[in-house]
Amino acid sequence: MAHAIASTGAGDLHAAAEHDHKPQGFVQRWLFATNHKDIGTLYLVFALVMFFVGGSLAMVIRAELFQPGLQIVHPEVFNQLTTMHALLMIFGAVMPAFVGLANWMVPMMIGAPDMALPRMNNWSFWILPAAFTLLLAPFVLFLLFGIGGGGPAGGWTLYPPLSLQGGDNVAFTIFAIHMMGISSIMGAINIIATILNMRAPGMDMLKMPVFVWSWLITAFLLIAVMPVLAGSVTMLLTDKYFGTSFFNAAGGGDPVMFQHIFWFFGHPEVYIMILPAFGVVSEIIPTFARKPLFGYRAMVYAIASIAFLSFIVWAHHMFTVGIPLGGELFFMYATMLIAIPTGIKVFNWAFTMWQSSMTFETPMLFAIGFVMMFTIGGFSGLMLAIVPADFQYQDTYFVVAHFHYVLVPGAVFAIMAATYFWLPKWTGRMYNETLGKWHFWLSTVFVNLLFFPQHFLGLAGMPRRIPDYNIVFADFNMWSSIGAFGFGLSQLLFAWMVFDVCVRKHGAKASAGVWEGSHGLEWTLSSPPPYHSFAVPPVIDGRMLAHGDISH
Amino acid sequence: MTATRLRLLRLIAVPVALVGSLAVSADPPVRWQLNMTEGASQASQSAHDLHMMTFLLCCAIGVIVYGMMFFSVWKFRKSKGAVPAKWSHNNMAEAVLTVVPALILMAMAWPATKVMLAAADTANSAMTIKITGYQWKWRYEYVGTPVSFFSSLKRDSAEARRLGSGIDPYAIDNYLLDVDHPLVLPADTKVRFVLTAEDVIHSWWVPELGWKQDAIPGIINDNWTRVSKPGIYRGQCAELCGKDHGFMPIVVEVKSQAEYAQWFADQQAAATPPAAVAAAAVAAAETTDLAAPAASQLN
Ligand SMILES: [Cu+2]
Ligand SMILES: [Cu+2]
Repeated sequence: MAHAIASTGAGDLHAAAEHDHKPQGFVQRWLFATNHKDIGTLYLVFALVMFFVGGSLAMVIRAELFQPGLQIVHPEVFNQLTTMHALLMIFGAVMPAFVGLANWMVPMMIGAPDMALPRMNNWSFWILPAAFTLLLAPFVLFLLFGIGGGGPAGGWTLYPPLSLQGGDNVAFTIFAIHMMGISSIMGAINIIATILNMRAPGMDMLKMPVFVWSWLITAFLLIAVMPVLAGSVTMLLTDKYFGTSFFNAAGGGDPVMFQHIFWFFGHPEVYIMILPAFGVVSEIIPTFARKPLFGYRAMVYAIASIAFLSFIVWAHHMFTVGIPLGGELFFMYATMLIAIPTGIKVFNWAFTMWQSSMTFETPMLFAIGFVMMFTIGGFSGLMLAIVPADFQYQDTYFVVAHFHYVLVPGAVFAIMAATYFWLPKWTGRMYNETLGKWHFWLSTVFVNLLFFPQHFLGLAGMPRRIPDYNIVFADFNMWSSIGAFGFGLSQLLFAWMVFDVCVRKHGAKASAGVWEGSHGLEWTLSSPPPYHSFAVPPVIDGRMLAHGDISH
Repeated sequence: MTATRLRLLRLIAVPVALVGSLAVSADPPVRWQLNMTEGASQASQSAHDLHMMTFLLCCAIGVIVYGMMFFSVWKFRKSKGAVPAKWSHNNMAEAVLTVVPALILMAMAWPATKVMLAAADTANSAMTIKITGYQWKWRYEYVGTPVSFFSSLKRDSAEARRLGSGIDPYAIDNYLLDVDHPLVLPADTKVRFVLTAEDVIHSWWVPELGWKQDAIPGIINDNWTRVSKPGIYRGQCAELCGKDHGFMPIVVEVKSQAEYAQWFADQQAAATPPAAVAAAAVAAAETTDLAAPAASQLN
């Protein structure tokens, strides 16, 4: 910026700000949005809405499971609730939230004016509301108006033959997944094109923030696996409507083949939802520890090796389908290998905190909470890799506890941390720190009350995806439900805070740097940043980057 | 699990497992059960031992990682005047943190591999049961004999579990975990199972036998068990199979070999039409031979 001011003069810059071609009018600004910040905002708002829609379904699920016996919903509706909850949270909340963060932050972090392909960016967002309307339609029509046979009820994994027993919701779900896939692929292409082509001079690949690295690798994962998902669901569609027998044994097909193809997508998908979280946390911890990230290169290589390994572990979701011994051994060993790069990441965050000088603002609380609770999910993941033990864990609440630990106090906590971390940058206003801390502590207490007892339930023998259970499971289910209600209500605090800052425009003015320990190009821009992030490429001084010294 | 290392680990595991095992004085599942059952078979014992080994290793790693982080949070605070160090990498530490976890993983993989190799052997079974999953019940066929029957949720549970039934689940014995016709097996006998399904995928799971195996239409899977202690072992379908997935339990009743032979003879008599009794006498003798007494010859 110093360079820009010197060459163009402060007056010119001021004039430029007034002629930034910011579109006027609601439709012009949002429907035809091409600006990376506007699109980032759209993604984040969409994700927040879906988080609450998917969350309210979870509240109904936990209310039904509050005590033994069926009190609220019929079993067939219960199955729709679990299926829709998963699809909404995965494709509607977590993934769009991270894409929103990428849209906002990647151009600012690499010194670019905007994303490389702004019009495609517009499409990749606006496909989503259409896709989710399609996905929700059968479910909502049935539930609210009694029309049709209801939404998909075969689980988000859509295993045939069960998923094909649904009515025409099969077609709705599959077309919705196709659209989400197209959206994700376009978003990923855009992110890759931006990172590879639009870095400011001097922003070498190995000087990029870890968040940018994590998204570059995630985008390649998306491009690799979304077409696989599209292929597998297309075969479901033709099996149902066009008489093919890809997955129908009676016609020469194989129902297990679907599971292989699905999980070839599904396991990388797990990392699509967690690698950007690793990136976020790797930005936040050094900032509030006032110490550079420990082992920057190791962190980048760890993300890359996790991404590679994610392609060769898929059958660990299928140990009980009857895989030959050699196959089970291979997938067990490959899965266990993932513990090594993941362990490196956790140790490196811990070493970053060692001999640092920490303060505990809300983003830091969520980031530390992420590391600690994600690690619990990592441990149970390692346990699940052990095949003979997995024969007991598979399809029980132990698995439910495992993936919710990596997704809720994992991915979702990282998204919360990112929001608190960057909200002052985005809006120019500080959120309410006291409420933020309340939000963190309430969420942490309740999320553990919600998911920790589910380990016990699974170990004691409670299968997942059941609407009712034997009375011996009653105690921990009640704990879990109380945790769920508490966690759900705590999120209203978050929504209120975001509303307070963004809409009611409350909060102290934020400086450009916002945080005492902030490093990186995004913090050299004003808060809120100019409409076009870096109209002139910044001149990069190693000291303003978090990883300016590449000897590390 | 035969490895001495595992025995040692089991010793360490005792205090941790205490709560769990105390609770498991009755047949699992029991109220407040915290841990995986050790079960009634070799497979369930191995699963439990591997589970405890991995769990305890994770606990040990957790003590180090969490200890380090909690110590940092307590000690390295700006409010306490902590000054940040400048270092940001250490090749030695990074190498150690790669190699040591790799060694720990190998220590985990080795006993697991041995268990898997031993469990893969379904040969030399004394009898075979064919299990077929249906929406929403199980069918058991004693292969090579006329004995076969369906097994579905017991009536009292089935009535109580209806939405708004007004029946208290606490008033029902073994709510949702009882069936009309349990699968009956002889004790101390290697029993082979072949599993398939008629409509959608199901999964047959009795925790005390130590495994679940998917029952898939068009595909035949197999597995085996040998239970020495007579008793009643309960489980449930573990793969989502439609609206009544939660309502297709499994009950296995293991009888002593003498009692089993008696039970089997009764079943066979009932399964044979009276008109054909004489004709079937020979076959009955053969099949009894195959299914029950043969069991005792097998170690
Ligand atoms: Cu996986
Ligand atoms: Cu089932």
